[in-house]
Amino acid sequence: MNTESSRSPVDEVFGRAAAGERRAVGRLLSIVEAGGPQADEVTELTHGRTGTAHIVGITGAPGAGKSTLTGQLVAHIVACGGRPAVLAVDPSSPLTGGAILGDRIRMDDLAGGDVFIRSMATRGHSGGLALAVPAALRVLAAAGYDPVIVETVGVGQVEVDVAGTADTTVVVVTPGTGDAVQANKAGLLEVADVFVVNKADRPGASDTRRDLELMLDLSHLSGLDAAAGRRPPIVMSDALQGAGATEVWAEVVAHRAWLVANDRLEGRRASRSRHEVRVRVEQLLEADVDALLAAPSGQQLLDSVAAGELSPAAAAHTLRSDLLAAD
Amino acid sequence: MTEPNIRILLAKLGLDGHDRGLKVVARLLRDAGMEVIYLGLRQTAESIVAAAEQEDADAIGLSMHNAGHLTLAPRMVAALAVAELEIPVIVGGIVPDEDVAALRDAGVAAVLGPGAPAEEVVDVVRRAVDQRRSTG
Repeated sequence: MNTESSRSPVDEVFGRAAAGERRAVGRLLSIVEAGGPQADEVTELTHGRTGTAHIVGITGAPGAGKSTLTGQLVAHIVACGGRPAVLAVDPSSPLTGGAILGDRIRMDDLAGGDVFIRSMATRGHSGGLALAVPAALRVLAAAGYDPVIVETVGVGQVEVDVAGTADTTVVVVTPGTGDAVQANKAGLLEVADVFVVNKADRPGASDTRRDLELMLDLSHLSGLDAAAGRRPPIVMSDALQGAGATEVWAEVVAHRAWLVANDRLEGRRASRSRHEVRVRVEQLLEADVDALLAAPSGQQLLDSVAAGELSPAAAAHTLRSDLLAAD
Repeated sequence: MTEPNIRILLAKLGLDGHDRGLKVVARLLRDAGMEVIYLGLRQTAESIVAAAEQEDADAIGLSMHNAGHLTLAPRMVAALAVAELEIPVIVGGIVPDEDVAALRDAGVAAVLGPGAPAEEVVDVVRRAVDQRRSTG
């Protein structure tokens, strides 16, 4: 671990990652995942060096075939001469913090070649995930991977947010599970730039497509379609057989071209930055609030609330005043 | 700061298709709070090395049930050495007692035979990772 120069250890790893060394990229991803000062240092280094990598989110219910489809997409991208990376996010057990990250087995045939696949567990901190994912995507983009695909289960706001703040978001649904309605319910409809009806060989696939079309037809009622500016296409696929991946990728590329042609790419990225900065501020403030509460004055406030002398709302206002006065 | 989460790769090397044991171990380690990157069947030493780099793995667990352990486990250790990756390899499955010494000599960090209790499996992984972290 001795470096000849005065470069910090993180800077040294970053140099190797930027030069294309895979294990250095792997290390950087662990650092951003762990959070803390070193993760911030990685963010300093990677910010502004991500180039023009296309960030693609893939989301949908568990078992919809996201990983299998991602595997097919990656194979197609490689065949077209691309250098893709995948960040596959899976939930941690809320009880033990452990996780089984099995997405790689669906991307079996890709282990060779210049493909980078990383599995990430949610580690139970939704706030942490909201920071770790964009930081990890920047690491992959700064290492020269393009496109960078992030795959998350479309349950929970953070997971939807994470995929939904990509340049292009693909929502995968399947027949026979009432998924068009479910997609509506879960807020997936709003984030989709491309819909994929996977397992299209199964009965009910065309019903699912029709339901989705109907949902999209109704988007004008709320003005959702005007805000989006574009009706998301629906692609039928059978990822297990490798059918449809080419068409899905063509729509993803077309969406990106549309963003660029309509000056919307920068807007997406700006809203992504805004979201990330906001989450970071919240995390910083959270630590300050915890410190305030742990201090004697905070404890006194809490005791007053417990004794019924002060309402929680009044205590919160007092604490906020203290927080602002502290700076 | 607490110890970083343990990330372990679990795989079957070659054409051995008996993966139930591996799935049981995956669940055991998950319930012990580890992040298990499950590679499953038909892996090669090279594919595991590539995954270990990308996943920044702390340990590699191989399950062997077809008497290939004396050939395949040393091949795994050698592939890691060529890649200059110092990651402990733990072998589990059907390994006769008389082969354990040979595997250890080949650089395998630990061998878990049939009937190894859950606590032992978890403990062996933890110790192998602790050792690597303290020397790394």
